Amino acid sequence: MEVNLNLGSNPGKDKPKMNPETTYDLIVLGGGPAGLNTALYAKRKGLQVGVIARDIGGQVMDTSSVENYLGFTSLSGEELMKKFVGHVNELEVPVLEYEELESVNVKDNSNIREVVLKNGQRFNTYSVVIATGSKPRKLGVPGEKEYSGKGVCYCAICDGPLFAGEEVIVAGGGNSAVEAAIDLAKISKKVTIVHRSQFRADQILIDQLSRLDNVEVKLQTQILEVEGDKFMTGVRVADRESGEEYIVEGAGLFVEIGYLPNSEMFSNLLSLNERNEIVVDRYGKTSVDGIYAAGDVTDTPYKQIIMSAGDGAKCALAVNDYLNTINK
Amino acid sequence: MKFLNEEVAKQLEGIFNGMKDDVTVALFTREEDCETCEDTKDFLTELTSAAPRLSLEILDLDKDSDKAEEFGVTMAPSLVLLDKDKTYQRIKFNGVPSGHEINSFISSVMEVSGNAQELPKEIMERIEKIQKPVNIKVFVTLACPHCPGAVEKAHKLALENPNIQADMIEAQTFYDMSEEYNVSSVPKIVINDEFEFVGNQPLEVFLDEIEKTQVA
Repeated sequence: MEVNLNLGSNPGKDKPKMNPETTYDLIVLGGGPAGLNTALYAKRKGLQVGVIARDIGGQVMDTSSVENYLGFTSLSGEELMKKFVGHVNELEVPVLEYEELESVNVKDNSNIREVVLKNGQRFNTYSVVIATGSKPRKLGVPGEKEYSGKGVCYCAICDGPLFAGEEVIVAGGGNSAVEAAIDLAKISKKVTIVHRSQFRADQILIDQLSRLDNVEVKLQTQILEVEGDKFMTGVRVADRESGEEYIVEGAGLFVEIGYLPNSEMFSNLLSLNERNEIVVDRYGKTSVDGIYAAGDVTDTPYKQIIMSAGDGAKCALAVNDYLNTINK
Repeated sequence: MKFLNEEVAKQLEGIFNGMKDDVTVALFTREEDCETCEDTKDFLTELTSAAPRLSLEILDLDKDSDKAEEFGVTMAPSLVLLDKDKTYQRIKFNGVPSGHEINSFISSVMEVSGNAQELPKEIMERIEKIQKPVNIKVFVTLACPHCPGAVEKAHKLALENPNIQADMIEAQTFYDMSEEYNVSSVPKIVINDEFEFVGNQPLEVFLDEIEKTQVA
């Protein structure tokens, strides 16, 4: 038995709070690696910065093991985030947590940007860094929605324990999918990993996977439909070479096929690309002055923790330069 | 210390220092047929010793059946939070609140202690309109980082309206029950055994579902 205290818990001292009366230099939207590193760099530059986030930690929290962040051979996503948050907390950055964002607006053609929350609260700021990250992509096949919560899952670390001793399927071929399969193999009877093309995962993970004797790999295999009765019982798949269709049985389907950006609330204000990612230049600047974006929500290629953190640093520095050019 | 290392214990002490009034954790265990009762007892003993304002009362589901009935406890281990007047607050944790659920435990203890979070006016107006009895079950696993958020919301609703009661249910401890409720993703929220949804959704979604139970 262990305890996993929330990352936001910062006891012993009063947590600094966001003040609606203040016009901030920078408001960071998002509490993952991109948002936190933005806050760190901005605070060190002396900017008046605040963070507004739905949850601190972001998607990294759902990652059971991180082995590619420089300086750390292997630790859980949660442990890595604890280190990030601890670092930011040292600098006493105000954080408003558990808040849903409504919109970001340009206020009356001025230099002031307004952040509006779903609960009606409004904050003024001279700049914004959007680091709202992404959410799991869905397969988009018949039966997926119907069996969501009845076998179809999007968080292996959360729902894996519910499938102890059962047969499960993992959809996807990237690092997240292979890691999920490795984790699930420890508790379930059998794991079948189904992917429509070849593995994109790191070789080191594929090697780990291939050493497990209760894992079956089906590449070049397309999932056509989730089937079941009251619960899902399996997926109908097609071999992409032969065209042959057959059923892979499983009580659970863990969908790990990538992510979609959390950008819908910015679609009226900012340029998005065809994947709905926020288009940024090499400074992280969006199509609107004073609004920058970092991490998974942007069109920057390769979504990685270290890249998101790097993006955050870049945006904070770019914001610092920008603030020197405007009238406050 | 068996479960908490020094660092975590210190952190918890700091957090619990924010409690306003005393809170009693009434833990129901059972001698037989309860794999996790002993560990839950030890865990809560450690936890409550980190907080001067938090006390632990250990009860037996069978021997203290009158109390169990008063608080609507039917399973073990199960714990309810009582306020400074030892009044039942309509919120329960079925299963040990360790792992990520430590956070919902902390949040609910804070609320019951009087250090309550203020909800937006529109939300409060909707909560106050609930007149028919509502039971909220939140199924969780301890490894789920999104689950405490859902438990906190369910508990908050119960604390704000006497017609609402809210239970956390740890899905692995109460395996049969989670089978019965078809739990295969967490957090899974079931309202009056009739309406359900999955995920740590905003309070508005909880209220949308709750309001479905209020129509004549």
